[in-house]
Amino acid sequence: MRKRLTELRRLPTLPGVHLKDEIAKISHRLIELNRNRQLDRAVWDKVELARHPKRPYTLDYIHLMFPGFIELRGDRCFGDDPAIVGGLAAYMGRTIMVIGHQKGRDLGARTRRNFGMPRPEGYRKAQRLMNLADKFGIPVFTMIDTPGAYPGVAAEERGQAGAISRSLLCMARLNVPTVALVIGEGGSGGALALALADRVLMLENSIYSVISPESCAAILWKDAGEAHLAAQTLKLTSSNLIELGAVDGVLPEPRGGAHRDHEAAAEIVKDALEDSLRELEAIHPRVRRQERFQKFRRMGVWKENGMTLF
Amino acid sequence: MARVSVDISRRGGDSTFGGAQSCPACKQLLSSEQLEANLRVCPECGNHFRVGARERVAQLVDSGTWGEIAGNLRSADPLEFFDLRPYPERIEEAEYETGLAEAMITGTCRIHKMDVVLAVMDFSFLGGSMGSVVGEKFWRAVETAIDTHFPLVAICASGGARMQEGILSLLQMAKTTCAVELLGGVPVPFVTVLTHPTTGGVMASFATLADVIIAEPGALLCFSGPRVIEQTIKEKLPDDFGRAESNLDHGQVDMIISRLELKDRLVQILGMLEGGVACALEPLWEEEESRPGRRGTLAQALDRIKAFANPSRRSS
Repeated sequence: MRKRLTELRRLPTLPGVHLKDEIAKISHRLIELNRNRQLDRAVWDKVELARHPKRPYTLDYIHLMFPGFIELRGDRCFGDDPAIVGGLAAYMGRTIMVIGHQKGRDLGARTRRNFGMPRPEGYRKAQRLMNLADKFGIPVFTMIDTPGAYPGVAAEERGQAGAISRSLLCMARLNVPTVALVIGEGGSGGALALALADRVLMLENSIYSVISPESCAAILWKDAGEAHLAAQTLKLTSSNLIELGAVDGVLPEPRGGAHRDHEAAAEIVKDALEDSLRELEAIHPRVRRQERFQKFRRMGVWKENGMTLF
Repeated sequence: MARVSVDISRRGGDSTFGGAQSCPACKQLLSSEQLEANLRVCPECGNHFRVGARERVAQLVDSGTWGEIAGNLRSADPLEFFDLRPYPERIEEAEYETGLAEAMITGTCRIHKMDVVLAVMDFSFLGGSMGSVVGEKFWRAVETAIDTHFPLVAICASGGARMQEGILSLLQMAKTTCAVELLGGVPVPFVTVLTHPTTGGVMASFATLADVIIAEPGALLCFSGPRVIEQTIKEKLPDDFGRAESNLDHGQVDMIISRLELKDRLVQILGMLEGGVACALEPLWEEEESRPGRRGTLAQALDRIKAFANPSRRSS
């Protein structure tokens, strides 16, 4: 960073280039960044917590929250992707459709679940289940926990991009209430594909980002070792995201993190889900859809005629 | 997504020798006038060079009919993003280099006298990455298409979501998808043309949600870029990985159209789609004759036949 500043300081000797303000701004930012370096640790702790191997996964929550869960499998086109699980669950006097990314706990399961990285079949299964839910007026609850959609040749050939976009379209289209909860890693488009919901919630120690800090550092800093700094710059923690208006709510976790007490974490999720569903079910389906569109329409910050709009 | 890293430094793509450049495919030396006149397609081997957004509009649109929509939108810096350089500085540089305000321009225009809402992306503006402004511009283009019932054509070229706007960029995928869903409520054709390269977040949102998807020859169209996949599977990928031709083979796009024929074929396809609407037994939307060019020639001809066969349907 300091090297960069000296570089800039050397530049003003070029004719017709006024960099004074720029330099002032940069040195200011540099100081700020250096100060934040101590904070760095806190952000990276969250990243590690979100990826903690003992953290409850989708099936853990399902088993703790919905004892009568019936898993439905297969995309009816090609196969069944174990990186996404879904099915019907009885929940407080109603049926809900639960869908989520699933990571594996031990080595064998991790490989089978592909580290929670879905292939197109996973997204097609999710769409099938969501359409099924829509047909019977069953609310949809999704849990997000993936490093991203699987980058592989066969996945591309079977239309990974289209599978994600159609999953998004499917969620935009649903007439039933939808609640999404980021329980661990919300990695890029592969996570978003299950998160276009009426209510998007996050667990306190989960992350949700456009790109993994490692890849971001490799591309922008040209050094994957700067992942800590990238994580901080990307603003991917729950407190950052609620500030940006990207999520609707943050759920607290048991002391020390969800991995310390699965039951307590499940209890918190259960209560939050009930609150969200009760709110959403009171709204007319058509209005609910419109509100969903309006919510995502407002996403973004830009300047129009010199004014910054949120 | 932003997992795709496209090498922006290769922007020019080819070695340049004083205004002339050599085709990377057949090594033929081409003058820039020659290239421009041939729509930046190599006359020798048909290799498609990249086209900027403004030039693309000039290639496609009937002259003097372009009316820009939302041209006054500019990127903000919501994250105060600072990697090796501040994000606003990167934007300023991209503005200076491309003469564009953003990675997408939108407008209404006529193509072979047919009214169309057009959205064109430019890869040379920060890798054609989709941030808040691109999402909002796309939304407004969709709104215009819904209001006017003009078909929507999006010409895509993008490395994915814009990292510098973080999660807000990712959410543009959700936003543009909602826009497509709204557009689906009216019988207005939506066609995308995928050009080299279209990857990541754009590919996984509106680009693959069109009624008809057209690809340019040789274009790289995928979700994860070849380099990311090579790193994952630790193998070298074949050269044709993710190319338009391979996408066609695997059923991911409808057709590959050479840039030299794009204008004619586009109008033909849009006309056909609108023709279907006119053939429906009951009109799907209120008849509004004040919108010339709203329907294809086939549709207009059918209208005339119907009016002749059944005088009560004659609206005038």
